[in-house]
Amino acid sequence: MTPYIGKPINRVDGVAKVTGKAKYAAEYKAADLAHGWVISSSIAKGKVTRIDAEAALQLPGVIQVFSHENRPSLAWFDMSYKDQDAPPGSPFRPLRDATVKYSGQPVALVVAETLELARYAASLIRIEYEEEEHETALEHNLHRAREPKSGVATLLKPPPPKPRGDFEKDFRAAAVQVSGTYVHSAEHHNPMEMFATTVVYEKNNKLTIYDKTQGAPNSQLYVSQVFGIPFKDVRVISPYVGGGFGAGLRPQYQLFLAVLAARELKRSIRVSLTRQQMFTFGHRPACVQQVSLGASAEGKLEAIRHDAVGETSQFEDYTEIVVNWAGMLYPAQNVTLTYNLVPLDVYTPIDMRAPGGVTGLSALECAIDELAYKAGLDPVEFRLKNYTERDMNEDLPYSSKELRECFRQGAERFGWANRTPEPRSMRNGHTLVGWGMATGIWESMHMPARAEAVLTVNGKLRVSSATADIGTGTYTIMTQIAADTLGMPIEDVIFRLGDTDMPLAPIQGGSWTAATVGSAVKVACEDLGKKLFKMAQKMKQSPFADVKLDEIVFENAHIRLKADPSVAVSLLDIVGTNGGRAVSETSTSLPNMLEQRKYARAVHSAVFVEVEVDEDFGTVRVTRAVTAVAGGRILNPKTARSQIIGGMVWGISKGLEEESVMDHQFGRFMNHSLAEYHVPVNADIQDLDVIFVEETDTIVNPLGVKGLGEIGIVGMPAAIANAVFHATGKRIRSLPITLDKLL
Amino acid sequence: MQTTLSPESRTSLATPLPEKHAVKLTINGTVHHLELAPWTSLLDALREYLHLTGTKKGCDHGQCGACTVLVDGKRINSCLTLAVMKDGSDITTIEGLADESGLHPLQTAFIEHDAYQCGYCTPGQICSAVGLMQEGRAKTADDIRELMSGNICRCGAYPHIVDAIQEVMQLDPNA
Repeated sequence: MTPYIGKPINRVDGVAKVTGKAKYAAEYKAADLAHGWVISSSIAKGKVTRIDAEAALQLPGVIQVFSHENRPSLAWFDMSYKDQDAPPGSPFRPLRDATVKYSGQPVALVVAETLELARYAASLIRIEYEEEEHETALEHNLHRAREPKSGVATLLKPPPPKPRGDFEKDFRAAAVQVSGTYVHSAEHHNPMEMFATTVVYEKNNKLTIYDKTQGAPNSQLYVSQVFGIPFKDVRVISPYVGGGFGAGLRPQYQLFLAVLAARELKRSIRVSLTRQQMFTFGHRPACVQQVSLGASAEGKLEAIRHDAVGETSQFEDYTEIVVNWAGMLYPAQNVTLTYNLVPLDVYTPIDMRAPGGVTGLSALECAIDELAYKAGLDPVEFRLKNYTERDMNEDLPYSSKELRECFRQGAERFGWANRTPEPRSMRNGHTLVGWGMATGIWESMHMPARAEAVLTVNGKLRVSSATADIGTGTYTIMTQIAADTLGMPIEDVIFRLGDTDMPLAPIQGGSWTAATVGSAVKVACEDLGKKLFKMAQKMKQSPFADVKLDEIVFENAHIRLKADPSVAVSLLDIVGTNGGRAVSETSTSLPNMLEQRKYARAVHSAVFVEVEVDEDFGTVRVTRAVTAVAGGRILNPKTARSQIIGGMVWGISKGLEEESVMDHQFGRFMNHSLAEYHVPVNADIQDLDVIFVEETDTIVNPLGVKGLGEIGIVGMPAAIANAVFHATGKRIRSLPITLDKLL
Repeated sequence: MQTTLSPESRTSLATPLPEKHAVKLTINGTVHHLELAPWTSLLDALREYLHLTGTKKGCDHGQCGACTVLVDGKRINSCLTLAVMKDGSDITTIEGLADESGLHPLQTAFIEHDAYQCGYCTPGQICSAVGLMQEGRAKTADDIRELMSGNICRCGAYPHIVDAIQEVMQLDPNA
């Protein structure tokens, strides 16, 4: 019985969000709260030679200025600073010493009685530096590219597969060839909520920390290790997160600074970053890609070469999967894929929505379009001709793959059949119209997680797991899963998250939360059900005394006999036999790796985009787009649609608007504000449509879901670039496609 | 070797701290008497001094609209407004939109249309939409898109935000 799963249920946290009651990290009250203000380095590389805080410290109400000069002794070894998402290398340690490793690095924290005073005092502090030459330009340093170091984090991000066949030979002989270089700059996540931490200094020296994070347990681990505090004395709470997009996958420096100050001053403190400082930690790395494709005269793709060089910091090797997708999408026999890094004087990049996926597909799917044109084939037809049921990298079949149906339904909804293939052949009055399409793919991952299910004495079901809801709809879909698993009315079910007192869940990222935490919630509720059934069997004159588990069903807050639904015991009566105590069960869900390893598992999409280009101004507008997604089971079509729409908006942003522009003279991102870092506003977004294609998958995880967080964005930029080509005849290989590139 | 001063270090000597002023603000129908220095923005007055944290800080520079509130019925960015400038004003925040009879129709429509994801820009979007409707300038969906473009939603809920506002304005969804 699934009365709730699959239904467009309104968000269970909706009322809290529309009334302002949902509280984010910087919004918790604490007695005697002090405020911290971070001072960021103004140089990209060198040393702090002098910090003159005298004028600031003289102000009444300024409490302390923390810097490397007065920070307390902390953990010595790199290991202690490694969070759950730390790439191989030596993590950045704020205020460690006088060394400046990147522009915007936190070099001091001013603590004062009020926010305004801390901000003002920070402006009085003089910092002198000894500057060294820095290097921040990826394109000037491609000759330094080297293989990434491997480490634990590499497990989830495998390096490219070994070359197959002979690319060089086959490419040279290919009847149809394309080759191109694709570039994009760094990008910053810029969630609406700025990173903030409120540390409540409790009487017994314990810390209650409200942190902006995509994983409360990750922040707890970091604080515990770095400051040498036992887990039991650090509780991290994060029930609402004002957007993450990957930025919260690692603890950010405001957490470190707030905890340091709270412990030194023995009082509660809040540290919020400014929007400008939101550009001073991880970003999507700039990347330079070279794609070469060769096909037969009939349009059979035979040779693929995809090389990518990404930037990283001087201290950690951040990697992403950029080039592997070609081998997962196309059955070519001669394939060479390489991925290398150039360390620069920047902060370590961090996963940003569809890390690597949107990067790689933006190049690959653009090149495929170009090849289809050269082969004289429609881009959809070309992709159908080069369809694969197997992941060629691993040589494994897909657990399910309804991509063909995505092409069919997406094309039909969009009206693709009415397209005239010739570039510049479609117009709307003065403007050129272009129709482009692309394929999307993202791996469907499943991680271990734990959840607790409790039936309270008044018959309510309370389920919890220390996961996060960054706007993805976790609260709602977990409530649906719990309600269905234990046959409860949804209004009697409450799901809670974002608290380290709850059972452990991994960081929320990679589109794995629905699969991972959903499976844990399901198994916890099943286990609670079994326990309740046993209790029901022991009740006086139990109708279930000789009944087996598979003969009953949980329905409408009762256990019922399948054969005769009138034979029933209410869950409330069962919990009533427990001596006034709730009944609870905590369970772990582990991926069935023995079964899963026999298959490749991925979510797919087909994206169709219409653009209008004004040639006089070079302006591009996405007037309409359709994304057809094969994402397994859709738990909630309403929140799922929002996920895909949001991804499509991100795709429009990446394709046409956003980019962090580095001034290499200063080694600093210049456009560090929401006025200059362009993201779509309401007027930029027109008609977006989403189709969920029917897809059943019994391998990918017990729920059959594939994850929707990344699939909405991955194909969009290439589809836009392809539409721009169709409109103008210009193949733009540098994102975003701003007007200067079209004039 | 080059020595650089932080760009923040423009002032060399501390000037005396600003004096506090009595400020009277009527917020969601309740009169509040505050003692605030002129450097306190209306946004910080709401969040830090009155703990009305429904109004959000997304940039502190008037670039994102998360801090939108209604002052004497007009939508403004509260981060660009000093609290002392609004002495005597009547202010409505997200906390003041629902009444005993229930949620404001826009709040209900935002829930029904899933016109949000993370929820952080939502109070600003809703207050802005209330202001938009009072202005009476929006006649079509395109007008709504244009006139709501001061409120950034990084989650990208725009199509649903437009749907929700259209429904409450009872505009023809096909217009």
